Amino acid sequence: MWPGRTLLLLTALMLGAMAVSAHAATIQIVMENLVVSPAEASAKVGDTIEWINKDVFAHTATARNGDFDVTIAPKKTATSVLKKAGTVEYYCRFHPNMKAVLTIAP
Amino acid sequence: MFVRLSAAIAALSLLTGSALAQGAKPTDPQIAHIAYTAGVIDITAAKQAITKASNKDVKAFAEDMVRDHEAVNKQALDLVKKLKVTPEDNDTSKALSKQAADKLAELGKLKGADYDKAYVANEVAYHKAVNGALETQLIPSANNAELKSLLQTGLKIFQGHQQHAEHVAAGLK
Repeated sequence: MWPGRTLLLLTALMLGAMAVSAHAATIQIVMENLVVSPAEASAKVGDTIEWINKDVFAHTATARNGDFDVTIAPKKTATSVLKKAGTVEYYCRFHPNMKAVLTIAP
Repeated sequence: MFVRLSAAIAALSLLTGSALAQGAKPTDPQIAHIAYTAGVIDITAAKQAITKASNKDVKAFAEDMVRDHEAVNKQALDLVKKLKVTPEDNDTSKALSKQAADKLAELGKLKGADYDKAYVANEVAYHKAVNGALETQLIPSANNAELKSLLQTGLKIFQGHQQHAEHVAAGLK
């Protein structure tokens, strides 16, 4: 039984690896109770960020360097595709205490 | 600069002071009414500011106040409906409303930079007083867990407002 199982596992791992390399990833960043989590996230150019706002308040993800400015309505999700590499600090324009960092690899 | 303590703030101080001293805790229907009234007061003040303010940061701050306080109050209304609680008018709510109306009239007479400064200074003091009342009186007195949790979310967002108002105030000097 061992060889069969190993093969299956290998196939699964390969498929998994292929899936990752073939498609850009989707990364979820959640805003809940006026907190952004994770506070530090890593992504690559071409990845999609899903901004999930679980609050009843509107939030924004506004890059301090001007690279992006996404508004997320209460209880909604917004998406944006990353176009530029860099370490970007961002915050909510409506609730400036909400701060986080997104590191975007080329 | 001498900043006058607004009457509405005095009412909140009364709430935290004498009511607590007498050991009379507000009931959930009263707490809901006080919290909702405090929100309406800030929305009304902000709507006045949107039409009167000349500084763009002050205007943007006022728009934030309308957006957030309306969201919190909508949550509060949904919650009381769900809990089948009827918010109960009380002396604290009455004092708050009366004194806020006076403050609104007082601010209404000011213009330009004088208005901007007075509005923001009052927002700092008002949020400070509301946050103090939430922390020391309303949250500890709330019985219902959902009401308590909503008040805690409110406290968190209003603390942010206070800092935001302080920041705007600093920029006006």
